[in-house]
Amino acid sequence: MEHSHCLNRRSFLGSLAATSAAAMMWPLTGAAQPGPVLTRTIPSTGEALPLVGLGTWITFNVGNDNEARDSCAAVIRAFFETGGRLIDSSPMYGSSQDVVGYGLQKLGHPPRLFSADKVWTSSASAGPSQIAESRRHWRVPRFDLLQVHNLLAWEAHLRTLLAMKAAGEVRYVGITTSEGRRHREFERVMRQHPLDFIQVTYNILDREVEERILPLAAERGIAVIVNRPFRQGALIDRLERYPLPAWAAEVGARSWAQFILKFILSHPAVTCAIPATTRVDHVRENMAAASGRLPDAAMRSRMIASVEGR
Amino acid sequence: MGDWLSYTLSDFLLFSARTYYRLFELYNRAIWPAQILALLLGLVVLWRLHRAGAWQGSMVTMILAAGWLWTAWAYLLEQYDTINWAARYFAIGFVFEALLLIWLGAIQGRRFFRPYRDWSSRAGLILFLFALVIQPLIGLLVGRDWKQTEIFGIAPDPTVLATLGILLTMDKWPPWGLMIIPLIWCALSGATLWTMGSPDAWVMPVAALIALGLAVSRVLSARGQDQET
Repeated sequence: MEHSHCLNRRSFLGSLAATSAAAMMWPLTGAAQPGPVLTRTIPSTGEALPLVGLGTWITFNVGNDNEARDSCAAVIRAFFETGGRLIDSSPMYGSSQDVVGYGLQKLGHPPRLFSADKVWTSSASAGPSQIAESRRHWRVPRFDLLQVHNLLAWEAHLRTLLAMKAAGEVRYVGITTSEGRRHREFERVMRQHPLDFIQVTYNILDREVEERILPLAAERGIAVIVNRPFRQGALIDRLERYPLPAWAAEVGARSWAQFILKFILSHPAVTCAIPATTRVDHVRENMAAASGRLPDAAMRSRMIASVEGR
Repeated sequence: MGDWLSYTLSDFLLFSARTYYRLFELYNRAIWPAQILALLLGLVVLWRLHRAGAWQGSMVTMILAAGWLWTAWAYLLEQYDTINWAARYFAIGFVFEALLLIWLGAIQGRRFFRPYRDWSSRAGLILFLFALVIQPLIGLLVGRDWKQTEIFGIAPDPTVLATLGILLTMDKWPPWGLMIIPLIWCALSGATLWTMGSPDAWVMPVAALIALGLAVSRVLSARGQDQET
């Protein structure tokens, strides 16, 4: 299945033109010199968001291990130094929220932060208290984005989140899913409710969302966050046995991670991908994928063919 | 239903192998020198197994129960819960098992352990010795740091296997009610380690299957003897 053929060259060029490059200088230390990071706008407000964010699933769940917490704080620092903004977490991710809060406090609460979290409880009434608890973990006065995690009790939670948005307690509202689950219901929610964001799994091998979800997001003006871009690292492990094709340099990909990310980011409906990592060099490598050229439709087809054969 | 079938074990894994084993390192550091006391209590169990007497049953089950309670509080609630929100539910299971052991040894009446009664009892003793002596060394053998060693009485896996081994040495039929939680833990632990890619993920499930097989064979063997008489 070549879903990416749904994208014609004209739509591609139009969308890429909307992708702006901004030199995002983060004055944390003055030591690092971030390059220009490509951004896309959140359709509902026009606010620009860097194409690469930071996920926290597994990687930031390090409990009370101070050494590991400091490593995570170093990752966050590198993320901001290289122009990042959106950090995503969830109450489902163990200690990840608290580790993010620790890192943010250590960095003096970077004002560029775009905080994205989720509500994840089967109890409708427990939603507000869980959100308040999450906010305490993050040590932020309010979240920029709150999402209903994996559509769990979504009717009640979405009502809560929309009421919070109306009251100015959160800026954006969204829903999430992963690994292609409940896409029909997901579509229905997208059609029937005023969402600012959706979060889905999308990568060079898992492209089901190209058929309906991403076009619907573009049609409805909903920003798209992409989770699991590397299939929890398994995709990179699989590809690293092979040399990176020489033609990957045409779009500035210097590693398989950048190759995979650039494929995702080149889809015009995608607003931001959120790879997770525990390593500073990896976060820099990921952020670098959000600069320079992005593949066009022909290149995307070539990328798919090269990966599917491995 | 179809939605649930789409989930894999990795969807439920919340932490990396590095974090999981580092937790044992921090835990061992925090509770030192409780490890020595735990190993000494393991030796007391071994000694009492070989000396049938009025206090044998209650002493052995009390030491096991203490191990389950300690593990529930000091490891599952204080440590594991920081990276796995399900740990608090595991802790409830561990406390329940401890209460069952207390009931078995102290309240229900005197129960005896006979590790040399038959071949399944001997296998139970071997399983206990494995949990006490061999299992803590497996991490070293597969390349983990010695500071991350898991020890009977304070870490869940060796405590669970030691308990299964002891239960197999009981003088009457296997106490199925007491085997349920240990067997479930073996499955959970094996699944966690397998999902993390730990090379020793097979240890707990294989030990559980052996213990279950021994218990079943003992029942079948006892039934056969009943029919002959």
